[in-house]
Amino acid sequence: MKQLVAIRMDRCIGCHSCSLACARVVHKCLSWENAGIRILSSGGLSTGFLAKVCLACNPAPCAAACPTGSLKQRKGGGVTQLKKLCIQCGKCVAACPVDAIAQDRQDRPYVCIHCGSCVEFCPHDCLEMVEVQA
Amino acid sequence: MITETFRILEVNLSSGRSTIRSIPGVATYLGGSGLAAKLHLDYAKPELAWDDPAQPLIFTIGPLTGYFPLMSKTVCAFTSPLHGQYAESHAGGRSALALRFAGLDALVIIGRSERPTVLHLGANIIEFMDAGYLWGKDALATGKLLRSILKGSGHRTIMRIGAAGENKSAMACINVDTYRHFGRLGGGGVMGAKHLKAIVVEGNNSLDQPEGKQYPALYKDIFRRLTDTDMMRKYHNLGTASNLEALNELKALPWRNLQATSDPGIEGITGERFADDTLLRNAACAGCPVGCIHIGFVREKFHRDNRYVYRQVGYDYEPIFATGSMLGLTQAPQVLTVMDEVEKAGLDVMSGGVALAWATEALEKGVVTTEQTGIDLRFGEVQGYLKAVHMLAGAENEFWKILAAGTMAAANHYGGADFACVLGQEMAGYATGEVFYVAQSLGLRHSHLDTGAYTYDQSNAPKDVDKALAFLLEDERDRVILTSMVACLFARKVYDPETLRQCLTVLGGSELADNLDEAGTFLQKLRWQARAAGGFDPMTVKIPKRFMEVSTWKGQADPEYLENLRLAYAKAIIEMSRGEDKN
Repeated sequence: MKQLVAIRMDRCIGCHSCSLACARVVHKCLSWENAGIRILSSGGLSTGFLAKVCLACNPAPCAAACPTGSLKQRKGGGVTQLKKLCIQCGKCVAACPVDAIAQDRQDRPYVCIHCGSCVEFCPHDCLEMVEVQA
Repeated sequence: MITETFRILEVNLSSGRSTIRSIPGVATYLGGSGLAAKLHLDYAKPELAWDDPAQPLIFTIGPLTGYFPLMSKTVCAFTSPLHGQYAESHAGGRSALALRFAGLDALVIIGRSERPTVLHLGANIIEFMDAGYLWGKDALATGKLLRSILKGSGHRTIMRIGAAGENKSAMACINVDTYRHFGRLGGGGVMGAKHLKAIVVEGNNSLDQPEGKQYPALYKDIFRRLTDTDMMRKYHNLGTASNLEALNELKALPWRNLQATSDPGIEGITGERFADDTLLRNAACAGCPVGCIHIGFVREKFHRDNRYVYRQVGYDYEPIFATGSMLGLTQAPQVLTVMDEVEKAGLDVMSGGVALAWATEALEKGVVTTEQTGIDLRFGEVQGYLKAVHMLAGAENEFWKILAAGTMAAANHYGGADFACVLGQEMAGYATGEVFYVAQSLGLRHSHLDTGAYTYDQSNAPKDVDKALAFLLEDERDRVILTSMVACLFARKVYDPETLRQCLTVLGGSELADNLDEAGTFLQKLRWQARAAGGFDPMTVKIPKRFMEVSTWKGQADPEYLENLRLAYAKAIIEMSRGEDKN
């Protein structure tokens, strides 16, 4: 079982290629916000960048908070998402301790599903798929 | 996705009212440079002064912005405080993607706020914030304060001005997200004239993308060409600073107000020296994996008990030329320190550096006195320049006020026009020869990026006016297409016409793709028509004597070749301004 880990964020140059890739490949839209990984400056560009991304909690508080089972516990940590069950209640967003779930203007949640689609678009190898025990 | 109409937000600072306009003609005007020229022709009032509230401040992006890598630039257009005519300046940072995700193709700001204001925009946000407490704050402090006041970290752009902009200087830039700038021709002065301290745009919406696999596949292919080949290596390795050593070697690097073109002092300010001794890290514009922004650090001991402050300063070839070789400064930390003050003051680094170089030589020659300047300046002495940057930005006395209107304006007032390094505006760092001198003097933006003239000079092409003119006109047209998309020009080898057509077609813009060549020719003329509307007469452009005195690897410039090329390009510009088909 593999998990996405933002393992070398001190190398990040703030190009947003990972977020754009997640939106483009996974969520089929053009966005730097509606994505499972989002890049923020950690207090202006002079202080580097942070990734807001799922830390693969096990058990995952967002899955526990989801009233419909749209988010379910993923083996080894994190969640799987079944979008058609989502009622846009925002409980998962509130439950995430690290603010890793984005919500768009229609209240739809975006969470990393650890698919690794973003990894190949990072020019500085900040991101890695790491093997974990399921 | 490409539609038939542009979505434009018009904000009136006088009334506080805004409107969304839908303007047809995407296949004709494309976006970026083309759309900016069209909007300036629509909105600008050539009969009024540049700082009249009615004059527009325009920001445009293009049909490919955000959809493909390195489509990451914004075009800013305005009536220039330097020459009172149409001007374009380009910048990256997060500005382009923020506008894209705010759902805008263009932002047009008219009017003048009664009090200093911050304009805060987003897909569902239009608000004005009183900025009385920010007026007088430097550009870096303003950015920091706004970051803490407004939400949206990482997904917004903060475009702001420093003292130079507040004082309506013709050398005032608009600082964009700390390390990028709408640098040239005084856009910051236009914001100052509108009492607009900052524009914050939140990119808080998402957009549709084409269905199917073709779009992500094309994106990936272009991304790979940019990142898996050596094509962009020079930009992220040493960066543009690598040109310092090369141009010095070639005898084409301006030193001490272009009194020389080569100097052994280069050792302290080469790209390698900056990288080895000062490079902290790289950063990127949003949507660009190249990461060409080089951030150097400099530390300063402020107390004998080992107390230091450290500064992070973005550097590039042009800022190093302007605040390094041009001022005779030969140590990288000194150069970074001057650049940092320029950044805070909100000055265009090229114009500011060249203006200070002229002031230094004017003092040396006794054309002006220290009584007039209020400070003594000497090439190679950093302390004077650290103060003079703020005297210039602050228009501190009559001398600095006159200089803030442009180096040539000051030279016309005090004397010293022969050694004013002005090619339309203060020169960029290329003493490469006749074609560049003509190209910057007459180029629409008076920028080294209007055409690749400095590369043409370096090709040692024979002195053939017809060939040089053909190069200038063709290269200008090709670049107009790219800056209408709006591509970073570093990607010009990747985005060849065929690739551009593929990109446009996959986004539903086959009409644009089919019309690309015609649009390029049309927009090249349209921009000159926008410039001519303000009264530009290319025949009156002069190239100062200093450019004829200095020697490059080819020797001194050939006055006859230069004059013939100047006249030929000027004539071509007049023809394009009239909208006549030159061919």
